Amino acid sequence: MAIQQLATPEHVHPGRAPEISVAGIGKRYGSSTVLQGVTLSIAPGEIHGIMGENGAGKSTLLKILGGAIVADSGTVALDGRTVRITAPRDSISNGISLISQELALIPGLSVLENVFLGRWSNTGSLLRSRKDAAHFARLLEETGFTLDPRAIVGTLPIGQAQQVEILKALARGAKVLCMDEPTAVLNEAEKAQLLQVIRKLASSGTTVILVSHYLEEVLGLVDRVTVLRDGRHIVTEDAAGHTPESLVGLMVGREVDFVIPEIPPVPAGAKTVFEAVGLTSTKVKDVSFTVRQGEILGLAGLVGSGRSEALLAAFGADRITAGHVEINGRRIRGNSIREAIKAGIGLVPESRKEQGLVMSRPASENIALPTLSDRSLGGLVRVGREKTAVAGITRSVDLRGARKGAPIANLSGGNQQKALFAKWLLNPPAVLMVDEPTRGVDIAAKALIHGLIVELAARGTAVIVVSSELEEVIGLSHRIHVMRQGRIVAEFDRNASRDEVMTSAFMK
Amino acid sequence: MTTASAAVSAPAEKKFKFNVRDFGIVFGLIAIMLFLTLNTGTFLTDRNFINLFDQAAIVGLLAAAATLCIISGVFDLSSTASLAVSAIAGVMITQHFGVAAGFIGALLVGAALGTLTGLIVVSTKVNSFIGTLAVSIIYRGLAIVITGGAIVAPLPEQLFAFQTWTWPSLFGLTAGSVLMLAMTIVLGIVLWRTTFGRRIYAVGGNLEAARLSGIRTGSIHVAVYAISGLCSAMAGMILASRAGSAQPAMAIGVELTAIAAVVIGGTSILGGQGAMWRAFVGVMILTVISNGFNLLHWDTTYQQVVTGVLILVAVAADGLFFRKAVR
Ligand SMILES: Nc1ncnc2c1ncn2[C@@H]1O[C@H](COP(=O)(O)OP(=O)(O)OP(=O)(O)O)[C@@H](O)[C@H]1O
Ligand SMILES: [Mg+2]
Repeated sequence: MAIQQLATPEHVHPGRAPEISVAGIGKRYGSSTVLQGVTLSIAPGEIHGIMGENGAGKSTLLKILGGAIVADSGTVALDGRTVRITAPRDSISNGISLISQELALIPGLSVLENVFLGRWSNTGSLLRSRKDAAHFARLLEETGFTLDPRAIVGTLPIGQAQQVEILKALARGAKVLCMDEPTAVLNEAEKAQLLQVIRKLASSGTTVILVSHYLEEVLGLVDRVTVLRDGRHIVTEDAAGHTPESLVGLMVGREVDFVIPEIPPVPAGAKTVFEAVGLTSTKVKDVSFTVRQGEILGLAGLVGSGRSEALLAAFGADRITAGHVEINGRRIRGNSIREAIKAGIGLVPESRKEQGLVMSRPASENIALPTLSDRSLGGLVRVGREKTAVAGITRSVDLRGARKGAPIANLSGGNQQKALFAKWLLNPPAVLMVDEPTRGVDIAAKALIHGLIVELAARGTAVIVVSSELEEVIGLSHRIHVMRQGRIVAEFDRNASRDEVMTSAFMK
Repeated sequence: MTTASAAVSAPAEKKFKFNVRDFGIVFGLIAIMLFLTLNTGTFLTDRNFINLFDQAAIVGLLAAAATLCIISGVFDLSSTASLAVSAIAGVMITQHFGVAAGFIGALLVGAALGTLTGLIVVSTKVNSFIGTLAVSIIYRGLAIVITGGAIVAPLPEQLFAFQTWTWPSLFGLTAGSVLMLAMTIVLGIVLWRTTFGRRIYAVGGNLEAARLSGIRTGSIHVAVYAISGLCSAMAGMILASRAGSAQPAMAIGVELTAIAAVVIGGTSILGGQGAMWRAFVGVMILTVISNGFNLLHWDTTYQQVVTGVLILVAVAADGLFFRKAVR
């Protein structure tokens, strides 16, 4: 960075967000340029959307503002004063807080302790907590959250954990919140609440910078929007003049279609491929359903309603206490993932970081992992075959940026998601269960994944889709089961309305 | 999405991207060897090299096994306790059934002990560091029980044959060194090219993702411990062969030297990353340093300081690079 003038926090007006201008920001990793000459400014109290395809550099830009990584070139200025950001504490002391998708909370501590982490007021233990409690109450009032300060963070649903993260940022005096795909992990209700809070914070002078792949959501929320493409700044404009189509055009650099493709009806005589009979585990009770060849079944419900757990139980990943699964009328023995895979079931799990990918290994190895033995001879991996197979699937899921030998952790979130999907497409399974298949992927990639799912079904795979996005479940499925408290409580066909499904998911 | 933008976003890839992290450690080794060549007349001689590899044999075998363990996400602190028990078993079997039976017996005992360690760690789900520490105490105790705390040796007429592993063989290297090199190569190929190797990386990199990909994670760990036991037995055989005897306190603490060698080579202690050649380079660095102190007649107390500093530097560099890579 160029000549620096250090702005101490005092230079930032208390209670008012600074104007942020970044100029000529560049970032390279080895030989690949991730950001190049990015210049834009964001007014105080503005809600600013940052859009772009997977790998465009959105997260990288936010991380630079948040001090998580350091730019190679360019400057960041607050109210015209250049600040030097080389670590998260520099950002925090300048009132900037980064809320990334992987929340940085301590699961074993209470909400209150997390919110004031490391900055508990230090005047004797009793007084301290009373003072913090008062401050906490003020913060709740500001945001409209309802959180129990004594709840242990690790036990909270993801939506509330995110609220804790927001409170933590505000408690540190954040005037600028940088949020990376905050709604990707939320259900409809949590999403609505978050958007409301963002508006509320903005109206009281806080700047919010938001990365999201949900075009309508962004357009309905933000004042101005920036589009990045291949690490370059394309435009920063008022959101009012834009439509989803116009934004996608700017993001991709050409016109694209992005509606869920027409799903062909299930052939009349299609036989039942998958049958779950009375699956019961600690999380689900007596779950039974069938899926026919070429059929897409949607599991809807709130987060925590047992959708993912039903999949895990059927896949042999969670211990079941009763029930079993049949594939083509054949009962799967034991309660074992290996047997499930052998019988032709694949599972794209909910969390790519925890359940899906081996982050330290290359994309190619991750993709080949479940079917490793199919391309081996006497225990040796047949590298040539593997390369061809992986190259083919990489192309068909449009996975970009994977470099030979480089850990998959280096890929952008969306491209990681595509790799996760590719893992189970190498040998097309008889039954594919997908849990949040398009989490964190851009609009074009989402269309691509939807296309893949539909195509897979058209070729005869029985597909089970879990998604927190109601449009996605309804748009993709032939039939929908709604789950509540670990049980299947309702069934709809594909003409169901959003409201009907929502109602049955919420009913007590 | 086939667009021109794809072409723009993928810059021309260089075939060989130079990476300090990958090969810096090799240059370190070369630098030390160059220094010793220039400063002593004896470093670059056949005899010294034969000696170097012989010295590296024990730690080399243990480090090769430790590499598998660490990449798969576990530690084996019981390796040298298994070494002692299998060496003692080997000597005792030799006394009754001859040298060949003794060596084979030692290997079987080592593999069995390793398997047992693995089963204990996997089934109790205790942290492997603590689990294998406890197991190592048990095995050392076992060694004392079977020997009564004494030194055991083969019969005098067996001694010559028993010392096979100290004999010169390929390229004049001792048979023990050749065994170490062979195991390093074999296990290196296992890691690099086999399905088992791939699974080792997967299990160490993300246990849950590996499990959900249909990998029997427990079996992988047990297998890795079994291999570790086998390598320990080989090292025990060489050590007993060299001394002409075995005793319960053999090679105490060498398991830590082996782990240090692995880490100095650049294999991440976090699991899921690393390679066999790294262990070999790490072992050679430690051996060459020790050799250098001897050749230069330097005070060997400083050798420990140097080794300690090296470990710290290696681990710190690992943390730094790993964090960078993940960002
Ligand atoms: N540590 C790293 N090493 C090498 N390349 C990296 C690293 N981190 C990110 N990249 C690359 O930088 C590019 C931009 O990544 P970034 O995460 O900013 O994308 P993004 O716009 O947030 O995408 P997404 O919508 O998929 O989250 C990607 O091509 C990615 O592969
Ligand atoms: Mg991102």
